[in-house]
Amino acid sequence: MELLEFARGPALMWSLIIFCFGVAWRLVGILLLRRKPDLSEARSRATLWGGIRTVFSRIWVRKEFQSRTAYGAALGYVFHIGLAIVVLLFVPHILFIKDLTGLSWGGLPNGVIYATGVITLIALIIIMIRRLTHPVLKLLSNFDDYFSWVVTTAPLLTGLLATAHLGARYETLLGLHILSVELFLVWFPFGKLMHAILFAVSRGTTGALLERKGAAT
Amino acid sequence: MTDNMTLGERLARQGISRRTFLKFCASMASLMAMPPSMAAEMAEKLAGIRRLSVIWLSFQECTGCTESITRSHSPTLEGLLFDAISLDYHHTLQAASGTAAEHARAQAMQDNAGKYLLIVDGSIPTGEGGVYSTIAGISNHDMLVDSAKGAMAIVSVGTCAAFGGIPKANPNPTGAVAVSDIIKDKPIINVPGCPPIATVMTGVIAHVLTLGTIPDLDELGRPKVFFGDSIHDRCYRRPFYDQGKFAKSFDDEGARNGWCLYELGCKGPTTYNACATTKWNGGVSFPIESGHGCLGCSEPDFWDKGSFYRPLSTGEWGSGEILATGAAAGAAIGIGAALAARKRQDSITGGK
Repeated sequence: MELLEFARGPALMWSLIIFCFGVAWRLVGILLLRRKPDLSEARSRATLWGGIRTVFSRIWVRKEFQSRTAYGAALGYVFHIGLAIVVLLFVPHILFIKDLTGLSWGGLPNGVIYATGVITLIALIIIMIRRLTHPVLKLLSNFDDYFSWVVTTAPLLTGLLATAHLGARYETLLGLHILSVELFLVWFPFGKLMHAILFAVSRGTTGALLERKGAAT
Repeated sequence: MTDNMTLGERLARQGISRRTFLKFCASMASLMAMPPSMAAEMAEKLAGIRRLSVIWLSFQECTGCTESITRSHSPTLEGLLFDAISLDYHHTLQAASGTAAEHARAQAMQDNAGKYLLIVDGSIPTGEGGVYSTIAGISNHDMLVDSAKGAMAIVSVGTCAAFGGIPKANPNPTGAVAVSDIIKDKPIINVPGCPPIATVMTGVIAHVLTLGTIPDLDELGRPKVFFGDSIHDRCYRRPFYDQGKFAKSFDDEGARNGWCLYELGCKGPTTYNACATTKWNGGVSFPIESGHGCLGCSEPDFWDKGSFYRPLSTGEWGSGEILATGAAAGAAIGIGAALAARKRQDSITGGK
């Protein structure tokens, strides 16, 4: 079996099974945890609205912190938005998602995707350099942070290499690209990448609690 | 069937002018990505060569490869090359049959030992002692081994001979294998395709004739000059791929406008062949130009690589039921973990 066949066949199936298994495990496990009882009198009953509002309001950095966090936040925006464009608006990716879910939408011209991919890759590299050189970030980082960066960057890098036919034949690079995405899927539920789903859960919970206390922002 | 007349003498006798012959050599040199100066050298060598003995063995095949190469005959100039070779054995094309045909093969092998070119099309069945395909009572395996002994080189024509092809497709009932799976001590040039392009076949023969060497081959044993680029990279529809314009069915607006066939399962990005540049039938067209995606027929095991009509970026990921089962198993473990956490909380707080 060739590399590409393996990547498109058994490796894809098992990575998706592990992804679904892991996401369900972590999500159900967290959602069913017992909540701490709050015995104080509620100042607001609109906790659901407060939770939903917080999910979106905290997308933006608060003014008070902007001067200190603007650089890191901007880099974060660039690579998150870049990844979203590359993953969701490249036609071959849309076809993959359509095959999996039945959902599809229009894509962007490849040139736009390639340029976005390069910008995203540069942002990811700067982010890693910053993590390695910033004294506080360095202290806070562990294996999960570095490995999550690797499995996020690898699909982007291999995708760009496959597009440019750099380093190996196209089918080999395509096989490596798909395998790197599969590594991402396998790691996703068990590391910090799960924040892509849990950010809404944690922000929503925090927002609901603050709303109840009358301290929602 | 062989004679001592050179090709130059033979062409002159047939009234082919030197100018026409030089034009042919220039086009062949261009086709094989040789420098323009090679055209004159090629003409000189071709004109001076004597007919090369060729033995063509047809095994588990459909005769499509032979049909294809005969299209390089009259009226195209590629047909001239057949004046440069002596086709001493070929089931479909030879006049002789039965014992006489086998005698012709044995005679050619004896007269040209170490100097003849062996061309093979079709895969070789190895199951049940090779009984699935025999010629004159000889199994394909034994005939190949016997004929290969005195050959200067072997050209595996078509995907069946080069990689096993359709006979080797799952479940491979005859135990079909490629020539290179059996012969290990001779140079083998793979010219895959289902069938291969006539010009590519004659181009390879021209290379062997003129340079006396085996052309540069890729890791699958294919001549790089013809199989160096993917169909996708040389496809005239490539700009539409780059613009994100795709035909979504064979009769929609995109198809009528000639947009990229990637969404319809075209395997051009992972297929290496000269279809997009050399084209077929004297350069008239090729499958993509006719509105159908590339099947990837010059690649190993192309028949077993999933549907021809599913895009390359999709995969064989199982089914929704399999993924749902995975998610259900994960949810069950999540419930168990949450219950264990609650129990632990109770044990710490005493249930308060």
